[in-house]
Amino acid sequence: MEAFIQVAAAAGLTGDEAKAASAAGSAGFAYGLAAIGPGIGIGYLVGKSVEAMARQPEAAGMVRTTMFLGIAFTEALALIGFVVFILIGL
Amino acid sequence: MSNEPGNSSINPMVTRLEGDAPEIEVSLDILKRGIYVAPIIIGVCAVFAGMDGAISALYGMAIVLVNFLMAAGLVAFTARISLGLMMGAVLFGYLVRLGLIFLAVILVRDASWISLTALGLTIIVTHLGLLVWEMRFVAASLAFPGLKPRK
Repeated sequence: MEAFIQVAAAAGLTGDEAKAASAAGSAGFAYGLAAIGPGIGIGYLVGKSVEAMARQPEAAGMVRTTMFLGIAFTEALALIGFVVFILIGL
Repeated sequence: MSNEPGNSSINPMVTRLEGDAPEIEVSLDILKRGIYVAPIIIGVCAVFAGMDGAISALYGMAIVLVNFLMAAGLVAFTARISLGLMMGAVLFGYLVRLGLIFLAVILVRDASWISLTALGLTIIVTHLGLLVWEMRFVAASLAFPGLKPRK
């Protein structure tokens, strides 16, 4: 935080501008962190689904349906992070 | 299937899935339900945020529905080529779709008609609401395959 204040002072930002820039930067960082978890989750989910489909191809339809819903539910976490980002950071 | 079931040497990199694409059916179902609930969500946003809220809600719903269709199209297209490619496409598709949603919002953030609160809440509520609704239908279909559940 101290480093950021020094950078903001060097850039000639006022207090409010520095605060807004700090909020935007933090929100963007938080969005990046929020996207990591769903990325890991989707990777694990799809990896296991592919394994299941390769092992038991006759159940592929059922696995694909539940996999698609799982992907969408996991992605909702990233979307929540994104919405928090646009509400705080933009 | 390009490989025989039960074969221990099945390689996901060369196995491909032929036939119907269930995710396309699921996403079209979600699209249909999205169109059903659109007037309600747009109306609620119009009450709380006026005309800007209504337009933002419409935009948010379009983002969510296009996102579902893109995800399903990507899985259906790549599954016909190889399961390995499907896995890669889902992971990179996740990044690409998040990027596209980011771009879609960044491009309109300074527009006169945008209400970011209405847009953000619409994205979350529509995404989760439509998924839960669809999951209920899919769960009933999987539990009782012989019956056609009421939508």
